[in-house]
Amino acid sequence: MSASDVQLDRQGRLRHFLTVEGLSRRHLIEILDTAESLHGVAERRVKKLPTLHGKTVVNLFFEASTRTRTTFELAAKRLSADVITLNIAQSSAVKGESLLDTLRNIEAMQCDMFVVRHQQSGAAEFIARHVKPHIAVLNAGDGRHAHPTQGMLDAFTIRRHKPDFAKLQVAIVGDILHSRVARSLIHALNILGVAEIRVVAPRTLLPFAVESLGVRVFLDPREGLKDVDVVVMLRLQKERMEGALLPSEPEFFERYGLTEERLALAKPDAIVMHPGPINRGVEIDSRVADGPRSVILEQVTNGIAVRMAIMSITLGNHAHPAGENL
Amino acid sequence: MRTVIRGGRVIDPAHQIDMVTDVFIADGRIAGIGRPPDGFSVERLIDARERVVCPGLIDLCARLREPGHEHKATIASEARAAAAAGITTLVCPPDTDPVIDEPAVVEWIRRRAEAAGQARVLTLGALTHGLRGERLAEMAALKEAGCVGVGDGGRPIANTRVLRRALEYAATFDLTVFLTPLDPWLGQGLAHEGRVATRMGLSGVPAAAETGVLARDLELIRDLGVRVHFCRLSSARSVELVARARAEGLPVTADVAIHHLHLSEIDLAGFDSRCHVCPPLRGERDRDALRAGLASGALDALCSDHQPHDPDAKQAPFGDTEPGISGLDTLLSLSLHLTRTDALALPAALERLTWGPARILGLDRGHLGIGAPADVCVFDPVREWRVTADHLRSRGQNSPFLGWDLPGRVTQVLLEGRVIYEGGQD
Repeated sequence: MSASDVQLDRQGRLRHFLTVEGLSRRHLIEILDTAESLHGVAERRVKKLPTLHGKTVVNLFFEASTRTRTTFELAAKRLSADVITLNIAQSSAVKGESLLDTLRNIEAMQCDMFVVRHQQSGAAEFIARHVKPHIAVLNAGDGRHAHPTQGMLDAFTIRRHKPDFAKLQVAIVGDILHSRVARSLIHALNILGVAEIRVVAPRTLLPFAVESLGVRVFLDPREGLKDVDVVVMLRLQKERMEGALLPSEPEFFERYGLTEERLALAKPDAIVMHPGPINRGVEIDSRVADGPRSVILEQVTNGIAVRMAIMSITLGNHAHPAGENL
Repeated sequence: MRTVIRGGRVIDPAHQIDMVTDVFIADGRIAGIGRPPDGFSVERLIDARERVVCPGLIDLCARLREPGHEHKATIASEARAAAAAGITTLVCPPDTDPVIDEPAVVEWIRRRAEAAGQARVLTLGALTHGLRGERLAEMAALKEAGCVGVGDGGRPIANTRVLRRALEYAATFDLTVFLTPLDPWLGQGLAHEGRVATRMGLSGVPAAAETGVLARDLELIRDLGVRVHFCRLSSARSVELVARARAEGLPVTADVAIHHLHLSEIDLAGFDSRCHVCPPLRGERDRDALRAGLASGALDALCSDHQPHDPDAKQAPFGDTEPGISGLDTLLSLSLHLTRTDALALPAALERLTWGPARILGLDRGHLGIGAPADVCVFDPVREWRVTADHLRSRGQNSPFLGWDLPGRVTQVLLEGRVIYEGGQD
């Protein structure tokens, strides 16, 4: 049984949002178009829509997060939902409560949507398989597996700058091995029909047979960045040095860090993206991160609209609890 | 009780017997095949028409969870499940809690198994104290207490100096050493390092985590004259390495777990924690090579690698679950299933479940020669059953084969002439 079987209902509509893999172009375009229509809400005097009025959204964060958690909270609030956030990394898990017990307890509080982040790949799918049928589950990042709302907000940001996916060459640079962001973005861009996706990294940061995901591999950024339209830099975690994946941050920056000189290899109108939080001087130079080609902060803003879109779509498609009149 | 098993297809791989005939049992031993011994009077008749009669199965690796993890299973519960599955001898690896590194533990397990009165339970002793890979365990005393071999209990010894000395010491007492080749560093991971793990974002265990250590071990034992049995090989290249070593005359044998012949990395889809095993399920090419290795005899034995779990152990995101499959109930049926789909004849499959493991253990069992202990399994090879939780007699319900339709229902099982299981009519 694949994730598609869990996240789609019988009509093929999204009931959970666990992974981009296996979705159709139609699903992705629906999300992007809905996000586009919601994008203006934040510029209004009253930044709220009644879409999720009376619904309760629970952010279940088993792993620390600031940006993702906050933008999910804001997205839910702008749709008029009631929102609570539980940082379980510091509570139940420490007390030895099992994940299923935690779920049952929160379910008993009559919630409608779980937004889940967990350090284990497959955790969101596990939760989706075990929650009551009226609850929608959104994956806010599971291990190295998927971060589908990030993948979609990246695709949304790209489309706002470069509307014709079929002409685009996109380079993703850095720690692909541990990156759920990279996996989700690769799936999204392939489904949307991008001309070429490149991954640029030393071999230690590339998963086995990464080309099977539908990418071209470049070990040398001088070739990998040549004439691309979009450069996506990934965050490099400090633990990677201890795991003997890299010798040092300076050596990585020297070879793979995005500097102005390296960016000059890309197309003149290329945009620079990063899922954040950025490590200045490790994977990206401050002049690039803060420069005119950077759309890094736009990604954060777009994240709210995209998450609003995904929340409205999944809850809109959802079976209502027994007894409730439609 | 003098027993005749009448009219069955008797398959005794050790003696290349495969014919419809009668088996006569007296005083707990095989007394005759085809012809009764002089003066034999039948006290009990087992009708085996349309059935296969073979030696009782010998399972080289079954975790019984006792002592130490009685909430998962007990010696009694698993020995009973084994008997109902046609298995008359279970080999318990030393990674119990406490570890089987002193005679008292061996003795304790033997008494518990005797009290259960079901399948026989044999023990492997630990190579090192506490399986910590530092100090040698008292192997001579363990052998005297009844251990049929010594092993690393699935926790490979990283220090090659300790390993070499442990091998030499075991050889001193003519003990067969059971090793699980897995590199302690490269072996850390959740799934086979392949396309599936890449896609699912699971940390990968490359085949080299197994083959690297296997190749090292084969070099280490070259001049030691020690018998080594390699447990649970999972990759195509491992089969080649063992076959080549044997061709060169090294005294090595190897086994494979039945689930590695039926499943591959693809079965992890949906993050199915029932398929979380160590070593991991590998590619389809590896699975096919393991099947071929079993058919050719490069792999000597087929085992269940039985690891029963409580439900909580598997009810979590994949990486938070415990590895292992509950395998006793399906060992025979999955083996029969192979004879339908593969170039493996029924007698050869039964050989890997009886005489093959008996030879590895140096036991006078696993065959139906005159005078041998009458451990016998009678089964209907054709009748299918659907694997459901209700059918699993093991306390562990963690089987990825739930829902499969499999051939083979065990009808009678005898341990030294005594019927320890009768059923299969449900």
